[in-house]
Amino acid sequence: MKRFLAFVKKEFFHILRDRRTLLILFGMPLAMVLLFGFALTNEIKNAKIAVLDLDHGPHSRQITDRLLSSGYFQLIQNLNASRDIEPAFRRGKVKLVVVFPPNFSQDFARNDTEAQVQLLADASEQNTAISLTNYATNIIQNYKSEQAPPGTVAPMQIDVQPRMVFNPELRGAFVFVPGVMAMVLLLVSALMTSVTIAREKEMGTMEVLMVSPLSQLQILFGKVLPYLLLSFINGCVIIALGVFLLGIPLNGSLLLLLAETLLFTFLSLSLGLLISTIADTQLVAMFASLLVLLMPTIFLSGFIFPIESMPRFLQFVSNIIPAKYFIEIVKGIMIKGIGLDLLWKPTLLLLGMSAFLMAVSLRNLKPRLNQ
Amino acid sequence: MDKAVTTHKLTKKFGDFVATDEITFEVAQGEIFGFLGANGAGKTTAMRMLCGLLTPTSGEATVAGYDVYTQPEQIKQRIGYMSQRFSLYEDLTVRDNIRFYGGIYGLSRAELKTKSASIIRELGLDSVADALVESLPLGWKQRLAFSVALIHDPKVVFLDEPTGGVDPITRRQFWDKIYEAAHNGTTIFVTTHYMDEAEYCDRVSIMVDGRIKALDTPTELKRTYGVDSMDGVFQILARGTSGK
Repeated sequence: MKRFLAFVKKEFFHILRDRRTLLILFGMPLAMVLLFGFALTNEIKNAKIAVLDLDHGPHSRQITDRLLSSGYFQLIQNLNASRDIEPAFRRGKVKLVVVFPPNFSQDFARNDTEAQVQLLADASEQNTAISLTNYATNIIQNYKSEQAPPGTVAPMQIDVQPRMVFNPELRGAFVFVPGVMAMVLLLVSALMTSVTIAREKEMGTMEVLMVSPLSQLQILFGKVLPYLLLSFINGCVIIALGVFLLGIPLNGSLLLLLAETLLFTFLSLSLGLLISTIADTQLVAMFASLLVLLMPTIFLSGFIFPIESMPRFLQFVSNIIPAKYFIEIVKGIMIKGIGLDLLWKPTLLLLGMSAFLMAVSLRNLKPRLNQ
Repeated sequence: MDKAVTTHKLTKKFGDFVATDEITFEVAQGEIFGFLGANGAGKTTAMRMLCGLLTPTSGEATVAGYDVYTQPEQIKQRIGYMSQRFSLYEDLTVRDNIRFYGGIYGLSRAELKTKSASIIRELGLDSVADALVESLPLGWKQRLAFSVALIHDPKVVFLDEPTGGVDPITRRQFWDKIYEAAHNGTTIFVTTHYMDEAEYCDRVSIMVDGRIKALDTPTELKRTYGVDSMDGVFQILARGTSGK
């Protein structure tokens, strides 16, 4: 035990002496949370629009006012003819053009189904285009139903009233923070452990450790323990940032959340160990971690792209991405406030994956170091 | 049982390749035993089997009286090892390195304190005790690595080409340290391909293609082969040509 502690102490020295490691360890989560929380968001505010009003009637003016007072849009240009539309888009500033055809107000007053508004969106940014047309359509529909004389109901019209449960303001941070957490934990744990083990191999110190009375397990756990601790602290920092800075609710049990975080950290460390049994140099370890772990986590965990809209094959692959389950758990606990009674399935999957990975890396390690 | 190392027909195969082929030798307690051979002759493989880094394919071997198959733990506690890469942690200080290696061999706090003080004093490292190892000159690192390999007073210390890339004067100083350790009763098992170093050993074995071709004192070997240097002996054995 004393030997083991001497080893763990040395690992801490490595980490604390190395400014770059420290920076990655604690700077990265902060930068990512801030970046994803504030800068990268799919909410749209003050999108620049142009209006081509060929009607000049009261209704076109009022609808324009409604659009502009909603906070989503900002008028930067009044167009005079349809030939102005394309240049406006081309210059790249205008994201949406609202076109009121001639006689729009007259048609509208007659409650004519002929009354039409055209929305043109710059779909070179497809997500923005879809959101903007949705916002604008909603505002115009609202205006229409308000203006309808009482008692007259438009034929076959169903009044749809959506309500966004769990995240009424559609805040992007709710989605990103669990994803960032998964990413940072995975990166720090897996990358750091695999790199430090590869470094011992590269420096030749691994040989000396193997000759020493330290057992294989002591060496491995000595490597893993400091990172388990640091990653767990990291996870707590991200949770705290999310709750206090980004205003994400913590509706469920904090204890359960921390336990799940620890579980996921352990899983990431097992992945790191597995990589280190294959990689003999720090460079290989780094590339393996980035390519094999980070890329799939970003793209297939549902963190950025919804799993539901992936091709069937990728949906299948996403089932083996641990981050997918962790994100599901974190969202469940923090936002929905549900407990283990509903989350036992992903939790069990993570447990199983950790056990499997740990077993494989332990089995792999002995012959690798023996060469 | 006063033999530090014994082997009997010790063999290691990697697939079809026979790295060491039925080697048999004994090393006495306190002896400086030189293990010579060209690169790839099998000397590192043999040493690794004795250190417990590799499992032999067949044959027998004991180190410090313990069997390499059944008592690796007892062996590990009683041997020191220094690789050709000096195996110190460059990003830790001199003191940290000493304490770490002492720590993993289970030295007590008090022992660690006296040991690190005496190592630092003996090597004249007082001024750099808290400097990172990477800032030290190669010769200093080498002597530090050797002292660290001896920190737990091992019965046998294995040195795998310990003097690679070092100038002759530093090499000579290093050998002074080796003599000192041998004088204190530690058995030294050293591989090298510097023939001048072979002259410093009590006994030398020369390996060619996985087999021990000759094993005797340097004086005796030179007389047998009728040459006046170990280099001459090596030329005859390893290259099949007669050197001068």
